[in-house]
Parts: sequence; C-alpha cells; structure tokens
Amino acid sequence: MEAIYEWFRLLYDNTGINLPFIYDSYDRGRMISGFFMTVKLSVLCLVLSVIIGMAGAWLQNSPLKWTRRIVNGYIQLFRNTPPLVQLYFFYFAIGTMLPKVTNDWGGQEPILGGFAWAVISLSFFAGAYNVEIFRSGLEAVPDSTVEAAEALGFSRFHIYKDITLPLAIRVALPALNNNLVNLVKTTTLAYAIAVPEMLYEANQIWSDNVNVTEMMVFMLLVYFVLVGVLVWGMNRWERALKIPGFGA
Amino acid sequence: MNKTNPKIMPVMMAPRARATDPIRLKAWHGAALAAFVVLVSIPAFAQADGARDSVFTALARWMPLLLKGFIFNVVISISAMAIGTLAGAALGLGQISLSSWVRKTSWFVTQFFRNAPWLVLLFFAMFLLPFELRIGGIIIPLPDYLKAIIGLSLPVMANVSEIVRGAVVSLPSGQWEAAESLAFTRTQVLWRIILPQCVKRMLPPWMNLYSILTMATVLASIVGVSEVMTLTGQVLAAEGGRTDLLLPIYSTVLLMFFIYCYPIARLTLRLEKKFAVKT
Repeated sequence: MEAIYEWFRLLYDNTGINLPFIYDSYDRGRMISGFFMTVKLSVLCLVLSVIIGMAGAWLQNSPLKWTRRIVNGYIQLFRNTPPLVQLYFFYFAIGTMLPKVTNDWGGQEPILGGFAWAVISLSFFAGAYNVEIFRSGLEAVPDSTVEAAEALGFSRFHIYKDITLPLAIRVALPALNNNLVNLVKTTTLAYAIAVPEMLYEANQIWSDNVNVTEMMVFMLLVYFVLVGVLVWGMNRWERALKIPGFGA
Repeated sequence: MNKTNPKIMPVMMAPRARATDPIRLKAWHGAALAAFVVLVSIPAFAQADGARDSVFTALARWMPLLLKGFIFNVVISISAMAIGTLAGAALGLGQISLSSWVRKTSWFVTQFFRNAPWLVLLFFAMFLLPFELRIGGIIIPLPDYLKAIIGLSLPVMANVSEIVRGAVVSLPSGQWEAAESLAFTRTQVLWRIILPQCVKRMLPPWMNLYSILTMATVLASIVGVSEVMTLTGQVLAAEGGRTDLLLPIYSTVLLMFFIYCYPIARLTLRLEKKFAVKT
C-alpha cells in the first residue's frame, strides 16, 4: 500500500496531478467516509422511496375520495417544485419548528439532523415519482385478474400485495430504474445542508489543496461508477423478474 | 400452467389507459394550497410582537425581490435549454451517424453527461471555466450566471441527445427503406422525412426536461449565483433570522415553482395523449 501512496506522491511532484485523497491519510479518511455517506444516503432513500411509491399507489386506488386527492396533491406538489427548495423547506422551515433535545454535553440540538432531513426530503421527492411509476404498472394489470382474485375471496389488500403489485413491479421496472438512478444523483443536494457526503468532502479537500480539476474529474468518475453499479444491479433484477413471453 | 402455449402467461395484457385521468388538479386545489400556506403562517403571525411587523407585511415587502429572483431563474432555464437543445440535437444526430467513430464518441459523451449529477456538472463548469476568455485581444468576461447556464446546459445536452436518438429509433424502419427506394440521399431522408416525424415524439419529453431544468436552476444558488434561493437566504438574513418567517418564505418559493411548472406538466401530459402513437 505504502508503495502506491508513494507513487501518487511522486506523481504530484513530477506532473502536478494532485490526488491527496490517495496518498494523504487524513484526506483518504474524509473521502472514504464521504463515499460511504453517499452510499448510506442512497440506499436509505432508495428503500424509503420505493416503500412510499408502493404505499402511495395503494392509497391512490383507495375507495375514499379524499385519500386519493391528498395522494395526488402530494405527487403534484413534489413533482413540480425543485428538490433543493424542498430540502431547504424541510431542513430550515420544518426543522426549526420541531422541539429541540438536549445532547450528551448539555447543549440543545434539533431533534433531526441534516442527514435525517436529507433522507426524508429526498425519499419524498423520489417517492412522488415512484407512485406514478407504480400506478402505470398497476394499470397494465387487466381487470379480469383482479376480478378473478375477488371471486376467490382475496381482500383488497391481499389482491394488491400478492397479485397486482408483483405484476406491476415487472412492468414498472425500467421506469423505476431510471428514477432510482436520478435519485442517486440527487443525493448530491445533501451537500447544501452540510451532510458530509462525497461531494461535500470533495469540496473540503479541494478547498485545502486547491486541486479542483482533479477532484471534479474524480467525482464524475465515482458517480459514473456508482450509477453503473446500480444500473447493473437493476438490470439483473429485471432479468430475474422477467415474465416469459413479454417484451423482447 | 397453460400447456398448449407455455410461453404466454394469461395474466397480463398490453397496457391500456384508464378511462378517467386520476391526476387532475383544479383551480381550487391551488387555492387550498395557498390557504395552507396562509394557515401555517398564522401561528407565526400570532407570535410576532409589536416591535416587528407581521409575517404578511414582511412577505409583501420582499415579494418584488423574490419575484425578480425567480424571473432570473426562468431566464437561466430558457438560456440553458436553448444551448442544451442545440448541442444535444447535434450530439443526438451524431449518435445515429454512419461513421462508427462519430457514433461511439457521441454515445460516450451522452452517457457521461447523463450519468453525472447535475450539481457536480455545475461545480465542474463553475470552477473549471476561466472568469474571462481572450480571443485574439478581445476579452469576453464570463460572469457567474453565464457559467451556471453552461453548467446546466451540459446535462440538458446529454438528455436531448437521448431524446433525439430515441425518437429516430422509434420510427418504423419502413420509413427509411421507403425513402431510400425513392432515391433520397441520407441527408434528405433525415431532414425531410425522419426528423419532421420525430418532432412530435420529441416534444413531450423535451418539455418534461425543461421543467426538470427549471427546477434544477436553484442549484445555481449553491455556487453563488444570485437567483431566488440566494435571495431567499439574504431576505431571511436581512430580517434578522426571524424563525417565524422561515416557513412562509420557503413555502412562497415552493409555490412560485409550482405555479410555473405545474401548467407545463399538464400541457406535457395533454400533448403526450394527443401525439400517442395508435397501436
């Protein structure tokens, strides 16, 4: 390992390409923690937003008029306003209204920190799109399937959970895939409320080392890889769930 | 399972549209939203003591400034869309070029900018573009907002490129073959037969992209362009960090974007239905 670090230090001395997050142990630690913060943020938001999408699609078909209206209002509001403003709204406007708790050192701190608000805000943002995606999937399930299930005595919830949703997921996967890729890219917004994710740490490093170019190129590559891994995983899942006889 | 034809599962048929459109907001939904904003500001209003003016007066005082900021957002979005569309159309046509080298390069550029987060690309443009350009003695200054426009037009370019390619690929190959059999050259086929048909298919996703771009313009506040979000922060600072103002002001900004983007979304949906290819 030391030899590699030494090589990058030499690279900097000889060519001026400064990659301190490889050879400098402090910057390396920052970069690694930032990377895992981004991964943690992405995974949490992915899971929560899919859950919101499933729950929203279920509520959207509710027999109660007002439930449907509230869900539709939520979708339209979150789809037509900037995610950054939503994040600020949650973090600054709602966050300051919540009660404060006393931490271990006797100081006052907000009950939910930047990370929690980033997860909540981004999940709701992506969730609004997911509801629509699942809805379009549900529409592809023929009425006769639902009727058959009703005739067999399934409850509305069981029909959704065991019959229509599994079918809808398969139809909705390509669109869901797209939205989740977008979500991973949107996690960079957490930078704005000082969640120490990857872009934030990169910013710290380039502020200390004045190596904006190298850090930017590195950022682009890392996100390229992260999104690539997600797309690869989703494509595998898509293939595993494929219904024989449908699609190419 | 169906023994005669095990490949076809009898549970699923082609997707079909539902009879009624379940997402339809009416004017009163907007009114309800505005009422909600007012309602949540009332407790704040009650808290305001005599020395400070009420939330409503404060909001009314800063409204012109916030609106001016928002108009700047719209200007940024329109400029970035124009640049992105021009560059993206060229890149998209590159993706269907006959030369494999051009095709591969365009594909790579498209994928690269499509897979990078918008904020990272914005930082990219902000920090890597010089503050002024020297072209043979003429100095062209590059102010922050111009760099932001360029930074935002990069992802737009990549997305437009995909829209163009998708539209061209979605046309039945019979169109190409028929045109070729009538002895049109490739350029003629593309400009006179293929692209005119594509415009219809490209319009809805293009408008969708525009609305996404408009919502992304607030990112410019992070890199210091004085658009609506930056101004919001400054307004809050000017009011001396009043916590009762936070909710009403952020709601106002949310509402501004909603009022601008929602009609676009409705129109997109309508056009999508109108232009839907009948199967």
